[in-house]
Amino acid sequence: MSRVHHLGVLAVWGWPFVLGVLTIIGLVSALFSDAGWGDLLASICLGLPIAVGVWFGWLRQSSGPKA
Amino acid sequence: MQNQTLRSWSKVHKWSSLVCTVFMLLLCLTGLPLIFHHEIGEWLGTEVEALPMPKDTPRVSLDKVLAVAMAQHPDRVVQYVSQPEDSQDLWFVTLTPTPDPTDDYRSVVVDARTGEVLAQPRFDQGFMWVMFKLHVDLFAGLAGKLFLGLMGLLLLVAIVSGAVLYGPFMRKLEFGTVRSARRPHLKWLDLHNLLGIVTLVWFFVVGGTGMINTWADLIIKYWQNDQLSALLAPYKGQPMVPVAERGSVQRSLDAALQQAPGTTLSFIAFPGTAYSSPHHNAFFMRGNEPFTSRLLQPVLVDAKTTEVTAAPSLPWYLTALLVSQPLHFGDYGGRAMQILWALLDIASIIVLGSGLYLWLRKERQTGRNPVTKGDALKVGGLTS
Repeated sequence: MSRVHHLGVLAVWGWPFVLGVLTIIGLVSALFSDAGWGDLLASICLGLPIAVGVWFGWLRQSSGPKA
Repeated sequence: MQNQTLRSWSKVHKWSSLVCTVFMLLLCLTGLPLIFHHEIGEWLGTEVEALPMPKDTPRVSLDKVLAVAMAQHPDRVVQYVSQPEDSQDLWFVTLTPTPDPTDDYRSVVVDARTGEVLAQPRFDQGFMWVMFKLHVDLFAGLAGKLFLGLMGLLLLVAIVSGAVLYGPFMRKLEFGTVRSARRPHLKWLDLHNLLGIVTLVWFFVVGGTGMINTWADLIIKYWQNDQLSALLAPYKGQPMVPVAERGSVQRSLDAALQQAPGTTLSFIAFPGTAYSSPHHNAFFMRGNEPFTSRLLQPVLVDAKTTEVTAAPSLPWYLTALLVSQPLHFGDYGGRAMQILWALLDIASIIVLGSGLYLWLRKERQTGRNPVTKGDALKVGGLTS
């Protein structure tokens, strides 16, 4: 493991940052909408973090970890 | 980050999590059915619905509705009257022994068009009631609420410290790496980090708004002292208005609607209750826009004269409380949001459970081999 070089800030925090921003957009957009586009946007924005978690956590395992 | 700093954060994460995890697991588990309380109510047949009638069917006077409800429980007083958000055809009347806050209440649902009693649902018993009480106050009233609020605060500390540790931990691992081929504790450690970081903002918001909600009783009390006491100065020294001397509630409602045009009634708090004053019926009106429907405009109507005393604008702390509620309940984005809320809740359960598992495993190991105790961070992969 010590052979692997250190990843940069963007590599470590890129995904978490994007998912965090999406979550905030999702949480706020539905507050200002009435069952319209805002709810749809919220579903997409809140669904993505779950999708990412399920993909990396379970679905991708068969292809083998990189580290 | 220096090893020393890292160790401190690790300690913060460990202890804040350890103290709150069991309670947070309880809250996540009991919260799961609460997300779907309407659907479960429909399924159990406890949800009350009004029969469809032509839109212009005349409504009976609210005074009649109250009389009908009180006739069911002559030994009780009315504390609150409300209308569901999606139907103005129903009145929910809450009756209690006294105007003081209590868990001993009866609900009477009256049809707004016919004035007939539709149901007397018991919200204070059954499975959902137990889930609700465990979630809100552990059956311990205000003390239970504040205790859970403190646990919520520790959760926020655990989330922030977890995020701080995530950076150094992931220096050598690509995002989303789950080392499943190796030992199971590495797999669960990686899953803990992965699910923890993807649900970070959601868990922080739901934890934070939950904590704010535990202060609701105190915030309302503060509002009464802060804002209402000045408005009530002319009534100083007067006793609570006796039921016999009270004017028409329907007329008061009309006055309140005139005072706050473009709003719909959310609920009425009767004299002497936690949300009113001893001398007023407090009408809480909600806006008709998606966002303003979350906010409430209080209108205080003199219980005797049925004239509007004041319509104070909502102070920032009550606005914050009201906005924090949908953000905690996840009930503002339709069915899709409910399902996502449940999935995010399950992800949080996995984060909490795996965290607990990793700690128990480490404890067992360090117990067996005390020499490794100082290397706790190594076990977690935090130092090289």
